[in-house]
Amino acid sequence: MKSFETIEHTADIGIRAFGSTEVEAFENAAYGMFCLIADLEKVGARLEFPVEVEAEEEEHETLLVEWLNELLYTYESNGVILKRFHIDELGVTRLKGVAYGAPISESPVEIKTDIKAATYYQLRVEQSEDRWVTEVIFDV
Amino acid sequence: MELVELNPYLWEIPRTGNMLVPGRIFADRQLMEKAREEKAMDQVMNVACLPGIVKASLAMPDIHWGYGFAIGGVAAFRMDGGVISPGGVGYDIACGVRLLKTNLPVPEIKDQLPALVHELSRMIPAGVGRGGNIRLKQKELDDLMTGGVSWAIKRGFGRSEDLESIEDGGCLEGANPDLVSARARQRGLDQPGTLGAGNHFAEVQIVEEVFDNEAADAFGVFKDQLCVMIHTGSRGLGHQICTEFVKTMGGAAARAGIDLPDRQLACAPIESPEGHNYYAAMACAVNFARCNRQVMTHLVRESFQNIFKSPSERLGLDLIYDLSHNVAKFEEHEVGGERMKLCVHRKGATRSFPAGHPDTPVRYRSVGQPVIVPGDMGTASYLLKGAPAAMTASFGSTCHGAGRVMGRRAAKRMIDGHELKQRLEAQGITVRAGSTRALAEEAPEAYKDVNKVVDICHHAGLSLRVAKLRPLGVIKG
Repeated sequence: MKSFETIEHTADIGIRAFGSTEVEAFENAAYGMFCLIADLEKVGARLEFPVEVEAEEEEHETLLVEWLNELLYTYESNGVILKRFHIDELGVTRLKGVAYGAPISESPVEIKTDIKAATYYQLRVEQSEDRWVTEVIFDV
Repeated sequence: MELVELNPYLWEIPRTGNMLVPGRIFADRQLMEKAREEKAMDQVMNVACLPGIVKASLAMPDIHWGYGFAIGGVAAFRMDGGVISPGGVGYDIACGVRLLKTNLPVPEIKDQLPALVHELSRMIPAGVGRGGNIRLKQKELDDLMTGGVSWAIKRGFGRSEDLESIEDGGCLEGANPDLVSARARQRGLDQPGTLGAGNHFAEVQIVEEVFDNEAADAFGVFKDQLCVMIHTGSRGLGHQICTEFVKTMGGAAARAGIDLPDRQLACAPIESPEGHNYYAAMACAVNFARCNRQVMTHLVRESFQNIFKSPSERLGLDLIYDLSHNVAKFEEHEVGGERMKLCVHRKGATRSFPAGHPDTPVRYRSVGQPVIVPGDMGTASYLLKGAPAAMTASFGSTCHGAGRVMGRRAAKRMIDGHELKQRLEAQGITVRAGSTRALAEEAPEAYKDVNKVVDICHHAGLSLRVAKLRPLGVIKG
């Protein structure tokens, strides 16, 4: 099973990520987002960033946006590219996980796309048959 | 979806379902044919469902598919019962353009252009998350967010007369720094005077054609003149403010009993604690964005001094105008024969106030407000003037650019960044870009024809052509 695919959008861009579990689909959404930002093969993973987000609503769509926006904040405020993601807890309104990456300055890669934020537009977290699917459109 | 032609430049989507007002799109038949295939039309209809919207949910000819609001969207809400929406302003709060004029005719300085473009790219920090040379203390950031551009000028970034050529005199009132989170502040501390990435740019341009001599004189523009255009916004600080308020306003909308057709349209009544708080935080980002462009203006002036070995005042480099095309503002407009205070959202649309309007800067009051329309990097940009018909047709608004027609992935697939750079250079356009792949996303063919978009606005009377500018040098992140 492929981990994600991109969604075409005129001005912006989105991703559709897959997983055999909801947690995996969330982790793959994060991976997909950073694949849009840079080629991750050449990026290291020596630094570890704990991530914890909460949502007001009891729906996982909001947690997905919060998770991705938290990672974008970590990326910009620390100047790091993230490439590995692990979610320990995906509760009703809370998500706890860890992201691994390396400073942009140490990474021999070009930033391909500047992502400003994950939006709520056409947001989707769904289980279909034997897999989970997440969809997000980013503001670029 | 039904579409009614009201005149050759205006189309209406009649009210259906939960729409409180019709949708109206400024376009000619050809642009309309393309635009109606897009989801942007649904977005115009969704905005028409928001409480307190007056007259119509509007879209300018550069309309394209966005998230929540369509890009090119204009919507005005009554103060009593109307809403304010962070998604209707966007993540890049107060993203906008400014245009500087020099007194240098291009034919006389042609040989120095490559060196000038190189110097600008050396002086202006560009790229994702890239900080600048200024690192503010928290108190300084407070002063910047409340004081606007006058803060920057006090710090030595610019000339006092610059203030007369910026919307609201460089400072949007009502900013409250206490409502800007620690995270938003953190992202903004080292970003004044930085370009960022995406569609943002600094360009050296030549005035290729003058259409309106009287207005061109008032703006100080002449044929063959060298100008500089800057396009950027509020950077990480604005993105963070929007992110946080879109989150909290989902709850606010639910509490106010607003049934949102799209979660990204999260909003709150203008006259509610959430509505007031968003406006006060947004105003901080507006002032930040203007200071960002102001500090960059200072870097442009220094670059010119370094190349031409002459004080920048001697070279001109006066500010023609600075405007924001992603913003919500309180303005007075006439609705049904009555003057009303409204909250006007412009999401990828430019204010276009005519001659005589009290908010048109004094120096331009006899001709109308300058409207700056950045085009794509290979074609042209425009200087227009605000027009009276805009006040009745579009809450004093016009287009903000060419508008995209091609997705970013599609552009990257079809266009090679290196080839594009060579092609532009063969056309006499020097390009300095941090990322050639990002450059491909912004290729001219990814955009509508800016000439046509500007023509439609001209014929619809939303803004009138003054001058056309052609790029000579492009700096991108």
